Amino acid sequence: MTNALADDVLTSVDTDAALIAGRHIETGKVVFPWPTGVERRHFERIELTRTGTLWSWSVQRFLPKSPPYMGTETIETFKPYIFGYVELPGQVIVETRIVNAAEADLKIGMDMTLAIIDFDHKERGVVKTYAFEPA
Amino acid sequence: MDVAIIGAGIHKFGRTDGKSGLDQGVHAVRDALQDTGLTWEDIQFAFGGSAAAGNADIMVNSLGLTGMQFINVNNGCATGGSAVLSAYWAIKSGEFDLGLAVGFDKHPRGSFNPDPADWGLDSWYGEQGFMLTTQFFALKIQRYMELHGISSRSLALVAEKSFHNGALNENAWRRTTMDLETIESAPMINDPLNKYMFCSPGEGGVALILASAKKVKELGIEKPIWVKGAAVKTRLEGSFEVFSPSIQVERSKAPTELASEAAFEMAGIGPDEIDVAQLQDTESGAEIMHMAENGFCKDGEQEKLLAERATWIDGPLPVNTDGGCIANGEPIGASGLRQVYENVIQLRGQAGERQVPNDPKTAYSHVYGAPGLSAVAILER
Repeated sequence: MTNALADDVLTSVDTDAALIAGRHIETGKVVFPWPTGVERRHFERIELTRTGTLWSWSVQRFLPKSPPYMGTETIETFKPYIFGYVELPGQVIVETRIVNAAEADLKIGMDMTLAIIDFDHKERGVVKTYAFEPA
Repeated sequence: MDVAIIGAGIHKFGRTDGKSGLDQGVHAVRDALQDTGLTWEDIQFAFGGSAAAGNADIMVNSLGLTGMQFINVNNGCATGGSAVLSAYWAIKSGEFDLGLAVGFDKHPRGSFNPDPADWGLDSWYGEQGFMLTTQFFALKIQRYMELHGISSRSLALVAEKSFHNGALNENAWRRTTMDLETIESAPMINDPLNKYMFCSPGEGGVALILASAKKVKELGIEKPIWVKGAAVKTRLEGSFEVFSPSIQVERSKAPTELASEAAFEMAGIGPDEIDVAQLQDTESGAEIMHMAENGFCKDGEQEKLLAERATWIDGPLPVNTDGGCIANGEPIGASGLRQVYENVIQLRGQAGERQVPNDPKTAYSHVYGAPGLSAVAILER
């Protein structure tokens, strides 16, 4: 997946993609993303459900410092983005950008579904990453 | 072995151009030594910390090379709290009689920009715009407000009190009162928190001198402030913390609740017996949630308490009497120590215009830091 923002985060960058997580082999605890490095041997790869409910949300109103942020925006072109957490029932609560929604529409507990979005990366050009949108 | 705080020193918080963070720390140590009448040669050990202004133990170059034990502490925003607790335990163990806890910092302007790798995270997390501490605070209070009926007005009420108290504090950064309308109309940073509800990274230094009961007697200290309870706790599975790509569906107690319960148990008193409290207020939502997490009220009761101004200096539970982080800024290494400094000053009755009028006998301090730990200290005179 050369045009994905990161390896092992999404099963693909197609519309039916799923997030990849790790399930602890002994405790069953689910963590996203799937741990890397030596920790990985304790976690089996699982795919997360594509639908869940909004757990909390906010809006990023200022341009994050770079590094670590790698968006191409400048202070002049920056547009606030919505982000939050989505609870995937029985699995885990994931942090995510939220797209195709207005702040006034957001209500904790509302149904959300996974979306694949473009992210304009200042070193790599347009790459694909995940977000959630109202179902 | 009982442990007391016998000396307290501070370097003004805010921005001090042309003075390094380290020099602000040294200033605080000299101020604390002067407060006790001791000399640097008397100090047996030190725990010190700074997140962005150098190695704390370098300050011996300025203060004197005496061969003393100096251990650097680095515990995120709880660095100062961890330094004072380390000093407490060093004396409580019986190994030392007299020591120092010191913290200082000097951060660049604007938000912190941490490296994901330092937090065990892959680079993509920061690249797509999640590596901001302010986001965590906004997400936590947003959910809390909806679950427990806290209004945006309450967020502004906390900030109003912080600026009021800061104006009464000669060592604070923000020394101008601000009315509710101004606070409420400020630009949003991360909804529901706006510019005047957040603290900013800043500068400052604080030093505290701690002594054993034996040493207190030997030195003839008139107003020792006793450490009655102290605890540092880290997070449990299911706690919601800063920089978390995922959190567990099954919720658990926050590290603040654990530290608070442990400190109260050690002190043998309850929240209703505390006369003045300093609670971590990285932003006004944090102060609201920490009121409940530290046991001072039930979830949701803050709405009424804040409307009644219960946490103002002359209220039944004064909170953040020096203006807290909102008026003092957050120099990470010094911030937790500032809270304990304020409690010492309040218990001694030396807080001047901001002195709580209830003749306080007990004081409580709580600092919270990334990646999810809390330090609590309960003092008594």
